[in-house]
Amino acid sequence: MNETATATTTPNRIASHKTAEAMIVMEHVNKWYGDFHVLKDINLTVARGERIVLCGPSGSGKSTTIRCINRLEAHQSGRIVVDGIELSDDVRQIEAIRKEVGMVFQHFNLFPHLTVLENCTLAPIWVKKMPKKEAEVIAMHFLERVRIPDQANKYPGQLSGGQQQRVAIARALCMKPKVMLFDEPTSALDPEMVKEVLDTMIELAEEGMTMLCVTHEMGFARTVADRVIFMDKGEIVEEAPPEVFFTNPQNERTKQFLGQILNH
Amino acid sequence: MKPSRSAFLSWIYDPKIRGIIAQVVTLVVLGLLVGWLAHNAVTNLAARGIASGFDFLNDPAGFGILQTLIPYTESDTYARVFVIGLLNTLLVSALGIVAATILGFIMGVARLSKNALVSALATVYIETFRNIPPLLQIFFWYFAVLQAMPSPRQSLGWFDAVFLNIRGLYLPRPIPTEAVTAFVVAVVLAFALWWVIARWAKRRQDETGQPFPVFWTGLGLVVLLPYLASLVFGSPFTWELPQLRGFNFVGGWVMIPELVALWVALSIYTSAFIAEIVRAGILAVPHGQTEAAMALGLTPQQRLRLVILPQAMRVIIPPLTSQYLNLTKNSSLAAAIGYPDLVGLFAGTVLNQTGQAIETIAMAMAVYLTISIMISLFMNWYNKRMALVER
Ligand SMILES: Nc1ncnc2c1ncn2[C@@H]1O[C@H](COP(=O)(O)OP(=O)(O)OP(=O)(O)O)[C@@H](O)[C@H]1O
Ligand SMILES: [Mg+2]
Repeated sequence: MNETATATTTPNRIASHKTAEAMIVMEHVNKWYGDFHVLKDINLTVARGERIVLCGPSGSGKSTTIRCINRLEAHQSGRIVVDGIELSDDVRQIEAIRKEVGMVFQHFNLFPHLTVLENCTLAPIWVKKMPKKEAEVIAMHFLERVRIPDQANKYPGQLSGGQQQRVAIARALCMKPKVMLFDEPTSALDPEMVKEVLDTMIELAEEGMTMLCVTHEMGFARTVADRVIFMDKGEIVEEAPPEVFFTNPQNERTKQFLGQILNH
Repeated sequence: MKPSRSAFLSWIYDPKIRGIIAQVVTLVVLGLLVGWLAHNAVTNLAARGIASGFDFLNDPAGFGILQTLIPYTESDTYARVFVIGLLNTLLVSALGIVAATILGFIMGVARLSKNALVSALATVYIETFRNIPPLLQIFFWYFAVLQAMPSPRQSLGWFDAVFLNIRGLYLPRPIPTEAVTAFVVAVVLAFALWWVIARWAKRRQDETGQPFPVFWTGLGLVVLLPYLASLVFGSPFTWELPQLRGFNFVGGWVMIPELVALWVALSIYTSAFIAEIVRAGILAVPHGQTEAAMALGLTPQQRLRLVILPQAMRVIIPPLTSQYLNLTKNSSLAAAIGYPDLVGLFAGTVLNQTGQAIETIAMAMAVYLTISIMISLFMNWYNKRMALVER
């Protein structure tokens, strides 16, 4: 952490080749809520273009883990490096990282007072200082990719859940992020809308986006993930490619969890 | 049911016809009631020898008034007294609305503070002043605080310009000089430029993406231009300071203790409610909105201005306007300490002198009704404009 204290102007890129290769590096990350140890020595490296699915029982710390990556939560020890920028208390590092990391939430969190188009152009205009026209062209491009360009001038409240989540994905993509974080993007959706959102995510994966997804959609994990990570009680318990993870899990807790989740 | 009978009486079951009948009955009953009251009043007034009508408005009032915002002598008419009362009500309401809004926003935000001491103090403030009847608070400020102030010779003073004593709050009074025209022109020009710059900055940002610090530039203009004007053309005002002459102060601008007490009490009382409205408005914006804005990389100021405030204001403005209305209505408690507001002066003193109860009270009521209706119209307009679009 001390290396970054010498940062002068723009965020430090750390030159070691190990971190330069990786998109996200988490080393010995620990976090407490008061006395409660939520994250216990998390070590996780996500390579460029890699797709990772994070699963585990409720309360195991999945959300907390990915929310530490863009500093929605602060970790107390260990280091997190995103695209060569190390997270510290320096707001410039935090802002630099947030520009490169897109996030999609369980409850969409669209801005209800702005139209779909305005939701998508807000950050490009204010964070990237982009001309409005240009931001709108980019927004329409991504709205077409999530297949809702015709809804551009509606308000979020006028859309279905699935449509709203696709807008949220487009909104994040408009910042041209290098990584996308998904926190249970389909678990607030009615079953018939889950597929349209998963399809969008699969397309994104096929285009080579680096993705870190918290999800219990095991079908998605099988088709898309390069690695599946299982967390329990704040620890990474198991980590394997999907074919191994689903057919031959090593850890007892993983077996138990898979038993519960795959049996219905 | 037999078909013949149901055809004969079926209109009774028609909701439209039922509605019309109910309305007609209500109107007839109401008409009878009003007619009876009017007849009663006219007979009673005639028995006491009081002519009804508004002719009394042209009679001289013949009494002095503690505070008049327009020139007034005892030989002026009741009509002028009405205007004076109205202006006094509007004065204390306007002062109260400004102070209550500022205090209320500060306290509302303070109560949400992460600092335990700050939020505890704000909570105590809000819960105390919200739960004490406004009349008692007015009495407190008037009798316990202001009537306990020292005599003019022992006044509390600040910078030899502001003095507080049992006779009121004495402030410096600005007297315009010849340079005041240039000063006013400079102020107007500064605001006009601010507006022009805001439009230009919006267009430039749309085209090039470059934001411009409109607020700070505008604020700079508003300070700088009038300052330059006063450098070039001389000072726009001379300040008349209150001065102790014998046993009292002369000169300056005096806020009578009745006004100060009423103003302070109404402001604090209403600010406690406004603080709760502000707090509720901010809490009504889900934390997910802040998180989404953070994840997109917006700075704290941008999050507040572009995401939180636009949503919070939708929740805050309607109840806030009704608090303004409450404050205006509560200002009629002025009568209790003798501040000459519309109710105390016109529906009080004038009524007693002339006996024209119906006319004076009707005129005072009309004023409050007009204010309420204007505020309601504004609220409806605002709500329609700002409503979030839902399915
Ligand atoms: N702000 C907080 N204060 C205290 N404890 C918290 C806070 N946020 C989360 N926790 C606790 O931390 C633990 C991990 O939470 P987290 O949200 O990361 O779990 P999760 O794996 O995402 O679970 P889920 O599948 O239910 O979303 C939980 O036990 C939760 O109760
Ligand atoms: Mg979670």
